[in-house]
Amino acid sequence: MATRVFHTEGITKVYHTGAVEVHALRGVNAELFMGEFTVLLGASGSGKSTLLNILGGLDRATSGRAWFRDMELTAMNERALTRYRRDHVGFVFQFYNLVPSLTARENVALVTEVAKNPMRPEEALERVGLDHRLDHFPAELSGGEQQRVAIARAIAKRPEVLLCDEPTGALDSNTGVQVLDALDRINREMGTTTVIITHNAGIRKMAHRVIRFADGNIAGVSVNERRIGAREIEW
Amino acid sequence: MRALDRKLLRDIRRLWAQSLAIAAVLAGGVLVMVMSYGAQRSLSQTRDAYYERARFAHVWSEAARAPQTLVPEIAAIPGVAEVEARISEFAVLDIPGLEAPGLAQIVSIPESGAPRLNRLILREGRLPVPGHGDEVVVNEAFALAHDYHPGDGFSVTLNGQKRALTITGIVLSPEFIYSVPPGGMMPDDLHFGVMWMPEATLAAAFNLSGAFNSVSLALTRGANLEQVKDRLETLLKPYGGTGPYDRKAQTSNAFLDGELKQWDMMVKVLPPIFLAITAFLVNMVLGRLIALEREQIGLLKALGYGGLEIAWHYMKLALGIGAIGVVLGWVGGYWASIGIAKVYGDFFHFPYLVFLQRPSIYALSASIGLSAALLGAGFAVRRVVTLSPAVAMAPPAPTRFRRGLLDRVAALLRPRQTTMMILRSIGRWPLRAAMTTLGISMSAAMIVAGLFMIDSFDELLDVAFVQVNRQDAVITFAAPRLETVLDDVENLPGVMAAEGGFSAPARLYHGPRSRTIAIEGRRDGARLARVFDGERRVEVPPGDGIVLEARLARHLDARVGDVIEVEFLQRDSTRHKVVVTGTVQTFFGLGAYMGQDRLAALMQGAPQVLLANVMIDESRQGELFEAIKNAPGIARITLMENVRKSFDATMAESANISVAIFSIVASVIAVGVVYNSARIQLSERARELASLRILGFTRGEVSYILLGELFLLVAAAIPLGLWLGHGMAAGMVASFDSDLYSIPLLITRETYIRAALVVAAASAGSALIVRRRIDRMDLVSVMKTRE
Repeated sequence: MATRVFHTEGITKVYHTGAVEVHALRGVNAELFMGEFTVLLGASGSGKSTLLNILGGLDRATSGRAWFRDMELTAMNERALTRYRRDHVGFVFQFYNLVPSLTARENVALVTEVAKNPMRPEEALERVGLDHRLDHFPAELSGGEQQRVAIARAIAKRPEVLLCDEPTGALDSNTGVQVLDALDRINREMGTTTVIITHNAGIRKMAHRVIRFADGNIAGVSVNERRIGAREIEW
Repeated sequence: MRALDRKLLRDIRRLWAQSLAIAAVLAGGVLVMVMSYGAQRSLSQTRDAYYERARFAHVWSEAARAPQTLVPEIAAIPGVAEVEARISEFAVLDIPGLEAPGLAQIVSIPESGAPRLNRLILREGRLPVPGHGDEVVVNEAFALAHDYHPGDGFSVTLNGQKRALTITGIVLSPEFIYSVPPGGMMPDDLHFGVMWMPEATLAAAFNLSGAFNSVSLALTRGANLEQVKDRLETLLKPYGGTGPYDRKAQTSNAFLDGELKQWDMMVKVLPPIFLAITAFLVNMVLGRLIALEREQIGLLKALGYGGLEIAWHYMKLALGIGAIGVVLGWVGGYWASIGIAKVYGDFFHFPYLVFLQRPSIYALSASIGLSAALLGAGFAVRRVVTLSPAVAMAPPAPTRFRRGLLDRVAALLRPRQTTMMILRSIGRWPLRAAMTTLGISMSAAMIVAGLFMIDSFDELLDVAFVQVNRQDAVITFAAPRLETVLDDVENLPGVMAAEGGFSAPARLYHGPRSRTIAIEGRRDGARLARVFDGERRVEVPPGDGIVLEARLARHLDARVGDVIEVEFLQRDSTRHKVVVTGTVQTFFGLGAYMGQDRLAALMQGAPQVLLANVMIDESRQGELFEAIKNAPGIARITLMENVRKSFDATMAESANISVAIFSIVASVIAVGVVYNSARIQLSERARELASLRILGFTRGEVSYILLGELFLLVAAAIPLGLWLGHGMAAGMVASFDSDLYSIPLLITRETYIRAALVVAAASAGSALIVRRRIDRMDLVSVMKTRE
């Protein structure tokens, strides 16, 4: 039996936007396991990003409980959540979010300077295949390269979990495959538990586990007997 | 309302805090304009009108005793329209309830009725009736200080004779709009009064029947002032003339001139600073707004709006902010004007000082203020016009950074990446960093320029009343006496020591330059009133030559070792050659000093004294005052303590007001600049900061990046500002410099520290407000939006 990394009990999330109440999550019970590559699938507004944000310590649940290992995320204050993100979680977003005034190497160093047991920035960039672009500023890199810098930045602190919200959403198929390949290799080589949100159903075949969302709840969980590599994905 | 205008209103509402911060800076400029222009114009116009109406004279001269027969000769000088010969004397006042004797300047009223020049304006009662020797009118300030009304009375010692006088009226005189006792700088209405009495009474009391000792002239339009003065001097010379002077040297008018000069400087220096900072802030905020609304601009263009139309939309936003600033400035300016009118009411005695709230001043300040806002907007909006819709709707390329000199330096220091971000941001937008620094430094400079006056006046008081003048009181004789009179003075009750003082009006010549001043005679070893070098703090004995006050030396272009010529106004026109043996710095008047014996020798007489500087035994002060009130031959006694007190009180009042104003407007600038800079940085860097928060950076660490840059700029701005403040203070000191007084330039460390603290506190306060926004930043939504 694989070890649970995350599990939740009856998580709900209600957004109040003006007079309207949006129920983003309606009592989700989920489990994610150590070392797995998990894909969250679902339409816009199905709640997958909300869950990811709560698991990543970026957002708070309205009710219910969520744990990272035996740490109860839903009981943590702001300071503890910051600490949690700093020590355990790596994030990758659709829009890279690099610091434009820092080079690729420096963007990674931003994290390694505050992490407990980081790898060298050069090593992290090598893992995403960017060892030749160390001293370039974001403005001098392509979209795919920028996203790979973002991944290098996320993994440089050797996080236990890597949470990716549509990491290929802004990329074409070629660069998208490069990014997914980088994520896949990190998952295999470092054993980092990886969660990816995507609209692209083709990516599900890369995953150990696929969780489908609909209307703020989990519509189904499936486990792939056989995974394919990033380069085999039909885009 | 058009949709775009609705957007405009919502933009202003959304940006209210930033708009208000900018508007407040602009308001400062408008306030100063309204207040300074208002004060300056009211003061000068009221003065001019009053002078016209009261026939304020153009030239004056005093003499020892000139015959009335001289008057037609004076009237015959070409350019003289009218002559008024009169008697003007000083007398000791004995006022019930006032322990120290007061001083009265008593001026004669012609027997024919009222003076024709320097006319009196009756505020209460009537003028004395000729022949009624016990009737007197007094100046309003003195009457107010003692709550005197017609019918009240007091005693005065006229040339040794004590007389009881009855007040018949309260008057204003254009010669005493600002009434200071002789030798003083500040009004002391409790101890100094000006009174007018019928000429016959004074002539009898001072043995001046058929004679006068003071003359004032009105000139015709286009008269040659210098020629008139020359002729008058020649005519009066045989009668002990002390040298004619014009309005520039007339004490009351000179103080008004000084006041006008200050306003003039204020209006020239301060508003431009406020307006430049306003333009800069508007430019910065609007530039950011336009960057944020790039896509909307593209959309509007795609919808068919013209570039100018959209540009005008943003200009209107600037106008809106400008309008708020103008209105705030108007309100502030209005209140400040009323405050100044009140202060003027205490200082200057005009019959009808109305603080003019001129619509033209308000209109002018509004148009200048709005222009500043539009100027700042213009630079930001230029881009809108040229932006093509297709480019506008595509996301902007990430800001380009380059590796430069900074990186080579940084490579050596190996700073943290967060520090690197700060340094690169400054390097990427050096102009903005420089302008921000300059803006903040202006606020520090203003505080220094406001506070230094207290330091300088403290220094002035210290030099004037502690180091130079150590006497407790000055006893002035009615006429020059031989030095042996000092023995009599020492025998007065309570007098512990007495030293003589003498001065003679003279004209100094050096090459083509000349100056009429009074030369003071000095005895070596005089300890009570010293001639003191203000800077090096050593005494400068005149030796065989003459010591000049530094400003006088500059006027004459004379240096130590130069030979100048001295002509005594009360003697013949012989010019004596004297060598300049030193210069000193005093802050009151333009003086020159010679050895007492040498001075007497040049004047071909025995050494004389006009006054005695005395040390007093405080416990016997009352006895002394009684003795002086009844002593013939003593014209007055001036207590240094009173001089100092009136100086202190007056200074404290006006210094406190200006320090408060300077500190407040300076803080407004600091807050305006720092708050807007921080908000714009926050807006530009929201994503960056949010990603760092997501990476696990704490709020403190993230705030460091945003506020670190600002604090770095503030840290650079403070020393720069203190230096600029020193420059502003030096400029102010130079502009105050007049024949009447000068102010030392002294800025204490406390002032610098205080200025630095005010700026640091204002900066920290605005930074904290922005810091709270970082704390409340919604990480998820920031990350989801495309820049």
